[in-house]
Amino acid sequence: MTAGQPATGTTGPATAEPTQPRPSRLPASRLAGGAGLVVLIAVIGVFPLVFTNATVTNFAVITLIFVAVVSAWNLFSGFSGYLSLGHAVFYGTGAYFLVVAAKDWNFTGSSVFWLLPLAGLVAAVIAVPLGLIALRVRRHTFVVITIAYFFIAQLAASNLKVTGGSSGLLPPVPNYAASTFNNPFYYVAMLIAAIAVVLAWVIRRSRYGLQLRAIRDDEDRAAGLGVRAMPVKLSALVLSAFITGMAGALWVYFIGEAFPQFVFDPLFDLAVVLMGFFGGLGTVAGPVLGALVLEPTQQWLYLQETNGYSAEILFGALFLVVILFLPRGVLPTGAEYLTSIRAWIARRRSQEGGPPVPVPEPAGQSGTAGQSSTAAGETS
Amino acid sequence: MTATLRAEGVSKSFGGLQALSDCSLTAEAGRITGLIGPNGSGKTTLFNAITGYERIDAGEVYLGDRRITGAAPQRVFAYGVGRTFQLTRIFPRLTVLENMLVPAQRGLSGRRHREHAMELLSFTGIANHANALAGTLSYGQRKLLELSYVLVADPAVVLLDEPAGGVNPSLINHIAARIRELNQGGKTFLLVEHNMDFVMSLCDQVTVLDSGTVVASGTPAEVRADPRVLDAYLGGAPGDDPPVAAEPPAVGDQSRGTPDDVLGGSHG
Repeated sequence: MTAGQPATGTTGPATAEPTQPRPSRLPASRLAGGAGLVVLIAVIGVFPLVFTNATVTNFAVITLIFVAVVSAWNLFSGFSGYLSLGHAVFYGTGAYFLVVAAKDWNFTGSSVFWLLPLAGLVAAVIAVPLGLIALRVRRHTFVVITIAYFFIAQLAASNLKVTGGSSGLLPPVPNYAASTFNNPFYYVAMLIAAIAVVLAWVIRRSRYGLQLRAIRDDEDRAAGLGVRAMPVKLSALVLSAFITGMAGALWVYFIGEAFPQFVFDPLFDLAVVLMGFFGGLGTVAGPVLGALVLEPTQQWLYLQETNGYSAEILFGALFLVVILFLPRGVLPTGAEYLTSIRAWIARRRSQEGGPPVPVPEPAGQSGTAGQSSTAAGETS
Repeated sequence: MTATLRAEGVSKSFGGLQALSDCSLTAEAGRITGLIGPNGSGKTTLFNAITGYERIDAGEVYLGDRRITGAAPQRVFAYGVGRTFQLTRIFPRLTVLENMLVPAQRGLSGRRHREHAMELLSFTGIANHANALAGTLSYGQRKLLELSYVLVADPAVVLLDEPAGGVNPSLINHIAARIRELNQGGKTFLLVEHNMDFVMSLCDQVTVLDSGTVVASGTPAEVRADPRVLDAYLGGAPGDDPPVAAEPPAVGDQSRGTPDDVLGGSHG
């Protein structure tokens, strides 16, 4: 299985190898990665100033909201393996909170944005009892319970007085200039997305993230190694709900209306899950990629059709393709192909009489610190 | 750090099946205790009862003076009881080193934690796979990994469920040597194993389970001579070779086949 692994480090002192993972990384690739990140942030930062078309910036705001939501969803579902199909509950809770609170407390204009953290907090509080119940079961049962949560929430929103029932509610409309109306929403969405991605990145590298991934692989075994599974997975759900609630609140303020069937939308959950799977479950960059690729596609398809369901059909088909051919997502599978291509090149070189080059291990999820140190040797 | 592990009068039934009835077992501090018995005799159930994976109907479990009956698995681990599973359970999508970092640690910084993990991997002999995904390891390597990460938090008592099951003879020797070395360092072991050579040469004490009841307990020599043990294994059928040789060959001498053949393979 692990044939081809270089034998270095077998006989040496055990402490020498793990203490220096950084020097063994390729400085060039780190530099390139860092530069790429800076370029990406710069592009996203100036995007609405360059592309001023309202339709385009409209797409961009929704896309950034989805970057935040999918990252937040992945932070819980991707890391822990508990697939939630009920994140619309947190999204919608945040949304309704914003509308009701803005009305009751007379928030208007930009000051409404101050309600976003509060909306996230409300969604996070809701997540505690929901999580305590649903996280007692696993896998398919958990999925079914989250779907049930979703329908309970939708039913409640359609019937309660506070949500305006099926006639809905209207959030305040900010008096921004029409030409740059979308920009404040864009930058707030960018901020929430950045918080979500950074949070996912920090957790992915932390011991807490390791415990989440251990729960994903084998929860009982993890418990037998001292991992307190319930607090770990519940806190991940609460964090995820917090971000999702903020994103939902921003979304409802942006679109300017709150109807139960749109605030609690089953297609929202499917879209989030698809974007997560598409990019790569359990990675940090995967959900970002999934949202950046699929959400504009979906918006564009909606724009093309006035009464059709081509977006839904296409997304359903895409879901099948992803599950069948890229079950681990574009990024992990892509990284795997890249590694095998590199290994093939290395073999070719060594056959041509060059010095023997170690063949790297197959790459795991991106961001696994250990993997890159193995792969560091092969490009000489 | 070491301690005596005691189970007293443990009973457990699954519906109408009495898996354990009034089982008592002691793993003396600093010794290696073997738990043997035919398939379905309740060995793994007793392990599960001790480590919090199974609620018991009656009885008590003590670690030293501390009563740990009914504690959840993560509590039992925190008290100082580590265990491996019969069907080896590792985290396949984490690297070997990441697997080692899952167990809870007391007062170790990240860097020291990693160093400690690598020392243990070197000790068990899989340090060169530290950066490989655990799912790519062979079965024997997984056994070693599971043994390694159970040791990370330095438990007082280690429960091993078939440490030699399904691994090749030279690796069995390797595992036996590691266990012996750890035991000399003071660690208490309780192990379930079908490989009689392994059990008889390694263990100070052996307890025999049959149909959920303890039928014998004592030194390997005493247990070997106990007619109830032979009865439990062979059902008193005459003419069969006894499963336990009078003179146990050294661990790893597999020339005459493992006792698994006699005992009908591993249960599960």
